[in-house]
This record gives sequence, structure tokens and C-alpha cells, in this order.
Amino acid sequence: MSGVRTKRSTSILLGAASIVVFVFSVFPVYWMVNTSLQPNNEIRGSVPNFFPQRLTTANYETVIFDPGRAPFLPALGNSLMVTISTVVIALVFAFLASLAVTRYRFRSRKTFIFAILIIQMIPAEAMIVSTYRVLDGWNLLNTIAGLTLVYVATVLPFTIWTLRGFVNGVPVELEESAMIDGCSRTGAFWRITFPLLAPGLVATGVFGFIQAWNEFLLALVVNSRPEMMTLPVWLRTFQQVTGTTNWAAIMAGSTLMAIPVIVFFLLVQGRMTSGLVSGAVKG
Amino acid sequence: MTSSVLLVREHESGGVQELPPDPGTTRRKRARFTPIVLLVPALIILAAVIGWPLVQLFVMSFQEFGRAQVFGADAPFVGLDNYARVLGDPQFWAVLGRSILFCVANVVTAMVLGTAVALLMNRVNRFFKTLVSVGLLLAWAMPALTATIVWGWMFDTQYGVVNFLMEAVSGQDFTNHSWLIDPFSFFVVATIIVTWGAVPFVAFTIFAGLTQVPDEVLEASQLDGAGAWQRFRLIVFPYLRSIFVVVIILQVIWDLRVFTQIFALQGIGGIKEQTSTLGVYIYQTSIGGGDYGTGGAIAVIMVILMVAISVFYVRRSLREEEQ
Repeated sequence: MSGVRTKRSTSILLGAASIVVFVFSVFPVYWMVNTSLQPNNEIRGSVPNFFPQRLTTANYETVIFDPGRAPFLPALGNSLMVTISTVVIALVFAFLASLAVTRYRFRSRKTFIFAILIIQMIPAEAMIVSTYRVLDGWNLLNTIAGLTLVYVATVLPFTIWTLRGFVNGVPVELEESAMIDGCSRTGAFWRITFPLLAPGLVATGVFGFIQAWNEFLLALVVNSRPEMMTLPVWLRTFQQVTGTTNWAAIMAGSTLMAIPVIVFFLLVQGRMTSGLVSGAVKG
Repeated sequence: MTSSVLLVREHESGGVQELPPDPGTTRRKRARFTPIVLLVPALIILAAVIGWPLVQLFVMSFQEFGRAQVFGADAPFVGLDNYARVLGDPQFWAVLGRSILFCVANVVTAMVLGTAVALLMNRVNRFFKTLVSVGLLLAWAMPALTATIVWGWMFDTQYGVVNFLMEAVSGQDFTNHSWLIDPFSFFVVATIIVTWGAVPFVAFTIFAGLTQVPDEVLEASQLDGAGAWQRFRLIVFPYLRSIFVVVIILQVIWDLRVFTQIFALQGIGGIKEQTSTLGVYIYQTSIGGGDYGTGGAIAVIMVILMVAISVFYVRRSLREEEQ
């Protein structure tokens, strides 16, 4: 009898703990959206509104059409251009490299994999000044091309490592049997292996997108001119110029920046767990 | 037949398969040639954008390199002067100590909470497990910068929801309480932000490991009278040891180089001199102060530190990969 009671009280306790974890995890995201949907004067009361009293899109309009000294739309454009070019170039280069390390044996193969993983761990914080100078030497400061180049190098190691896992997952016997049936080596690869890799390519590309979209420090140093800012640098600038006077608009800006990432992340997270453990998707 | 030789499969057993000695046929030569061609684009990018700046950084750390040098003046070599200045500067040691303390505090907090959440997910029913997973995924997906700015708003001195809740719960006066002006309190807030973002990764990874602990072993030990703590310490933990090691090392690497959260939080409020960590300090010395030589010396020290930790980690994960 008492055993049953302890069991029940334990499960109530565990359920309560689950709810606490859920609330604590979700609350900041909720608070961001909640604040962004309220008029700025209503979030400055002695009691905060836990639900919007009067829903408004005014903050989003301020961010998009009237952001003052920190224009949003150019930053959005820059972010889109840089992240999309980064993903496309990184995927192509990483794909070729991952084929080399999975489908061939060559002497420096292990050295290459080792180097890739080490390079991934070199902190961007330490590289800012020399990266700035090197890009300056190539006249690529404050350009889309320059920042893209930097981001391709940043996401490349992780992309190669992850794609390598996906290519390894496609049995080489499939290609071999196609070749026995008369396919050329390249033909076998494109007709058999490549279609099987498509989901892996998409997932890896999305993670490259998230990394490039979120990157803050290098963009801050390399593309510092207002018209060349990306979204993270824009968000911080916007927060600095509006100060503590317009948190509602700052939250609207934060929401606009975070939403694509959250959606993409939820779409692909299941595929990436193993890659995440061995790699490094994090600010 | 020759073609199947070209398709040498990656071996699970990890034994390196050497290609047979080169008989000199064109086919074989291509086999050696192709992987290099496939690697060239990636190698060029990495050499140009990581390798070359790394060399520059190293050279710069031995030069007198200030604003004048950026505009074209000669940079005289000064030997180990920059390093001597850095190592003799109490500010550097304060920053380093602060970074290490912050790192340790965050790794411990994230590991303890992450493990607790993983164990929780393992015990509750489907509904609560989904609930917890959804919450964790949302927190995980949030970009570090937006997370910091949102938490900054929640901890706002005048209208922050945290002050309101603290007052409601504790009954004490939190009107206009500033969380960021006091360095210790600043780091408490920073720890909350970093931990909030890190727990999902820790929890999901450890949860994945927990599902591999065989139920029979746990049941048997329970019949033998092992309590919950004993079961965790003596059975679950040994099964998960290698996962714990990997997660801890990754957390150490990430937390030691923390930049975005500290930098953005300083922008919301907080005294830079008393709250900078290693990455932020490099930024302030070089970009803010214009002393690129000294900044370079600190950066080289940081690279060496991180690479040393990484080599240990990478060796380990490559070894495990091959087993």
C-alpha cells in the first residue's frame, strides 16, 4: 500500500520536474515573442504583461520600415547572400573532399581528417586581427565575397566531417554492383550513391546555414560598415542605438532573426545527433 | 577488375589498407591522383583563410604592431617583448583566471543539470518526455546572440520580468535592481544564459547514451538491493563514461572561448574591465586598443591552449570511430 503511494508521489514529482524544465526552457523564447507583440509603452509598467493585452505588429513595422540608424532590410539581404553562397560553395567543396576520404585510400588521408578536426577547434576569437589583415590585403573587407570566403572556411571542416559520415553510410557494394552491370565509375556514383545522399546533403547544408546565419564575431570585425552588416551585427547595433528605450522593437528584431534558425533547426536536428557529438555546431 | 581495386572500402576494423605497389599503369596513377584533385578546393580555401592568417598571427605576435603598421608603416621585430608584456600584466592573469573559473562553473552546472534532465527524460512517460524534448529543442535552436539580448531584457533593471518575479517570490524589494553592474552577479547572469543554451545538448547526448544501458542489468542490481544513487554510480556511469568525457571536453572548449554572450551582455550593461574573458579581452586589446602585437601574443597563447585540449579530444574520438 505504502509502496503504491510512494510510486504515485514519485511520478507526480517527476511530472512536476518535467513541467519546470519545459517552462524554464521555453520561457525566454516566449518572452521574446510576447514582448514583440505589445506596444512599447505597455511593456514598461510596474507589472509585466504575461500575455499581450493589445496585440500589435507596430514593432515589426518599426524594425522593417523605420529602424533609424540601423537599417534592417540591407542587413537581411547581406545575411541571405552570405549564408546562401556559403552553403552552396561549402557543400560542393566538402562533398568532393568527403568522397576523397571515404572512397579512396591514400597516404595522407588520416592526417587530413586529423587536421580538419583540429582546424575546427581553432577559436575565431584568436583569428580576428590576422583575418582582418589578410582580407584587407585582398581588398575584400566589407564585401559579400570576403565574408563568404571566411564563412566557407569556417563551416568547411564540420561539413566535410558530417558528409563523410553520410557517404560512409552508403554501402560501396551498391556502386560496385552497378559497375558490374556496366556503369562507369562516375555513372555508378551519380545514379546510385548521390540520390541516397540527398537527405544528408540537405541536413548538412541546413546546419551550415545556421552556423553562418548566427555568426557574430567575424562579421563584426570584417564587415563593420553599416551597409555591409549581417543580421547579428545589425541586431546588436540596433540594441545599442535604441538603448533601453525600445525593448519591444528589439524583441521584434530578435524574433525576425531567430525564427528561420528555429524552424530549420527543428527540421533537421534528428539527423545530426552523431555529427553534433563529434563536431561543433555552436556559437 | 581494376576498378574494384579503386573502390577500397573504409574499414570498420580500422586497419589501414595499403594500395598494392604501383605497377605503373595509367589506371593506377589516376587512382592516386583523383583523391588529391577532390581535396584541392577545400585545401586551398583552408590554407588561404585559416592557414595563412594563422602564420600572420604568429609573425605578428613577435612584432611591434599598432595602428601605424596597419596603415603601412614597417613592423619591427621585437622578439619576445609582446609575450613578456602579456605574461607580466596582472590584467592578463585576471582575465585568464576569470575565463577558467567561468568555464569550470559553466561546465559543472551544464553537466549536472543536463544529466539530471536526461535521467528525468528516461523515467517519465511519453507525454512528459515529448514536453521536455520540445522545450529543450527550442532553447537549443535559439541563436546565442538573440538569447543573450532576450535574457538581457528579462534581467532589465527597470522593467525586467526577473526583478518582478524575484520581488513576488521573495517579498524583498527588487525595484531597479541592476544585475549586470556587479561583476559576480554579471557572471551569474552569463552562466544562466550559457547553461540555458548548453543543457539541451548535454541532456540529449546523455539521454541517447542512457537508452543503451541494458534494462536487465539495472533490474538485476535493483533485485540485489542497489539504491538509485548506487545504480547510477556503479552501472549507468561506467556505461556512459566515454560519452561523459566527450561532452565535458566539448563544453570546456566552447566555454573557454565564450565570446558572444559576454560581449553582448557587456553592451547591455556591465563593466568591461571587470567582466572580460579571454576572447573578449583579445577583441578589446586589438580592435579596441589598437595594439595588434600584444593582442596577437594573447591570441597565440589561446590557440595553443585550445589546440592542446583539442588534440586530446580529436585523438580520442578518432580512435573510437575506428573501433
